[in-house]
Amino acid sequence: MAGINKAFFWSLFAAGGTLTAFVFPVLVLIVLLAAHGNPAEIMGFEQMQGLLSNWLGKIAALGIIALALWHAAHRLRTALHGLGLRADSAVAALGYGGALLGTVLAAYYLLQI
Amino acid sequence: MAYVRPVSKTSWYLARRSYTVHMLQELTSIFVGIFALILLWGLSAVAAGPEAYQQFLESLTGPGMVLLLWVTTVVMFYHAVAWFSVTPKAMPIQRGEEFVPGSVIAGAHYVVWIVLSVLVLLLAGVF
Repeated sequence: MAGINKAFFWSLFAAGGTLTAFVFPVLVLIVLLAAHGNPAEIMGFEQMQGLLSNWLGKIAALGIIALALWHAAHRLRTALHGLGLRADSAVAALGYGGALLGTVLAAYYLLQI
Repeated sequence: MAYVRPVSKTSWYLARRSYTVHMLQELTSIFVGIFALILLWGLSAVAAGPEAYQQFLESLTGPGMVLLLWVTTVVMFYHAVAWFSVTPKAMPIQRGEEFVPGSVIAGAHYVVWIVLSVLVLLLAGVF
């Protein structure tokens, strides 16, 4: 059981690491451009709504956000262990619980768009 | 009893450069998590309608947020480069007797990275 769990969380971590490596640099760059005052053209409401109103867009957005959260939860868990924190079950419960909550919230918001 | 060299549980990663780099790479996940939450926040704003979305965009322009986004940008590029450089080691591909060279696997990832980035920029309406 523990072995299955380990492989399961590791595969989410690895998938999330690869997906975020591919798309997070460009996504954060776009948000940064918007933050520097060109929001109307770059991340307009209608543009975003259009991207997120079809199923392909919804699945992509959910996949990216969910896998990023599971990646971060798992990697922070191992990092905190490496930094000397020995409260692994609490860290795991908080991290994976947070990732699960974020996944459910992302799906909920996407269904409203 | 065999001798066990004492290793600090809280500062072992400072002992060697490669350990420190490993720890830094682990800590990029903080910013992966933060940016995922920013995306989730944006998603909730789109779901709530144009006014909420406008407010979200305005929140991004605050000086603290701009600084956070700059740091996140740098860390995400570092995460991508570091991730692609360890992928050939984590998932080596064997062809017959030989292993596919790591540079080929990493190179393929860079090509996909560039294509996906241009596609996302197009979809976002940057050009």
